[in-house]
Amino acid sequence: MADSTTLARPLALHWQQPGPRLFAAIKGSLFLVCLLPLAQLAWHILSGAAVNPIEDLTHGSGTWTLRFLLITLCVSPLRALGAPGWLLRLRRMLGLYAFFYACLHLLTYLWLDQFFDWAAIVRDIVKRPFITVGMLAFVLLLPLAITSTDGWIRRLKRNWGKLHRLVYVIAPLGVLHYLWLVKRDLQSPLIYAAILAALLLWRVWRYLRPTLAARVK
Amino acid sequence: MFPCEITTMLIKTLTDRLSAADITPQEVYLNRRQFMAGSAGLLLPVSAIAALPAAKSPLSTSEKPNSRDDITSYNNYYEFGTGKDEPALYAQRLKTRPWTVTVDGEVAHARTFDIDSLLKMKLQERIYRLRCVEGWSMVIPWIGFPLADLLKQVQPTSRAKYVAFETALRPGEMPGVARRVLDWPYREGLRIDEAMHPLTILAVGLYGEVLPKQNGAPVRLVVPWKYGFKSIKSISRIHLLEKQPPTSWNMAAPNEYGFYSNVNPAVDHPRWSQATERRIGEFFKRKTLPFNGYGDQVAGLYRGMDLRRNF
Repeated sequence: MADSTTLARPLALHWQQPGPRLFAAIKGSLFLVCLLPLAQLAWHILSGAAVNPIEDLTHGSGTWTLRFLLITLCVSPLRALGAPGWLLRLRRMLGLYAFFYACLHLLTYLWLDQFFDWAAIVRDIVKRPFITVGMLAFVLLLPLAITSTDGWIRRLKRNWGKLHRLVYVIAPLGVLHYLWLVKRDLQSPLIYAAILAALLLWRVWRYLRPTLAARVK
Repeated sequence: MFPCEITTMLIKTLTDRLSAADITPQEVYLNRRQFMAGSAGLLLPVSAIAALPAAKSPLSTSEKPNSRDDITSYNNYYEFGTGKDEPALYAQRLKTRPWTVTVDGEVAHARTFDIDSLLKMKLQERIYRLRCVEGWSMVIPWIGFPLADLLKQVQPTSRAKYVAFETALRPGEMPGVARRVLDWPYREGLRIDEAMHPLTILAVGLYGEVLPKQNGAPVRLVVPWKYGFKSIKSISRIHLLEKQPPTSWNMAAPNEYGFYSNVNPAVDHPRWSQATERRIGEFFKRKTLPFNGYGDQVAGLYRGMDLRRNF
């Protein structure tokens, strides 16, 4: 018993406080892991396995944008469940990957779907609700990506946190975009909607908890 | 720089894919398949490899058909799942023998046809464009016979104004029907003059062989000037009637899918444009043609009709 605690404790400490070199290694690995979906997409398309490669690129980049948004939103709940604090220091990269896949998604649409026919693109944005909300989500994502640097965090001080709460709007718009474009089978977008709802409801609960507790007293 | 690389890669892949199809002529391809089938003869049922002799038809397009791989691995057949790759994976469990097609309703001689008798009809190759409502298209070398040839045998009565089609419903063999994505069985319909039109065929084959299961074996409808979903697969019943029959996609979303569903670049799907399409295997998009390019032959069927209202 005594042995196991003495053995486990330094390990646990180690887990909680990785040294700068270990943290850099973790961060580097995560960076590469986040590129795997892109690599998989590229391989799928370049190997010639895709019958409709542009559709696969559109769907793949869109799906991974949503996934990275949801993964980013998982960090706080995981922290509350006892995950180590340094997880927070990786969140910026996860958010920027959501932006990266969103850029790929948008570029695929602008280029390979519309071939930069701006008149058609504007018509699409105005006329088709799923494109309107998708575009809105991307536009809202822009300031978050721009202000993700240390410099902007310092400059914006408390407002930085407020600004980055925009993700609570962006993620639902993203899911709505998916929900509205599906032809008939809503199963997949509804799974994303359910996960997002759980992540947002947890935040509502956390926000209201002190008030609720006070009222009970 | 990054996007440039992607395009170069894409163009390269697409041209690679095209040239790969180019250098394998159909006959060589078929021989190779027959060779493979021969060497695996113990494993494959004879019906799966039976070659179908068919006459050429002046109604075929001269455009280059998509590869057999493209046609048989990218399918919409919701009875086997809503993913494009799912029909190829799951349709193989559909038992297409024995199979009958019952033709009844407003006819003088209602009859149930065995699939073998349908395979003995005078078969033709019809190379048709297929335009999916989702915005992609292919060129497909079907083998079949005019639906009119079948309907003439049962002699429609003067009250036969419409033709209703039904896909077989086999929950044990169709994993997709466990979820009510559509109101099963899949149903489609045509006006009698559309059904009797020489371009309208019942297909029993593809690329010189019997129809692969993911493409709607053993017998399916092909109406090349309408969106693909009108061309109902694995037909078990054809019913002639006086009133316009209910059809699956129209029942599911009446504001999005009309009874006629003629290919029409001027009438958008409420959620996406129908002005252009991506031909599978091509990089740039094409302009979609009215009636999918079959306007000369079929526009007359709709003279005087408002095609925006009757979409």
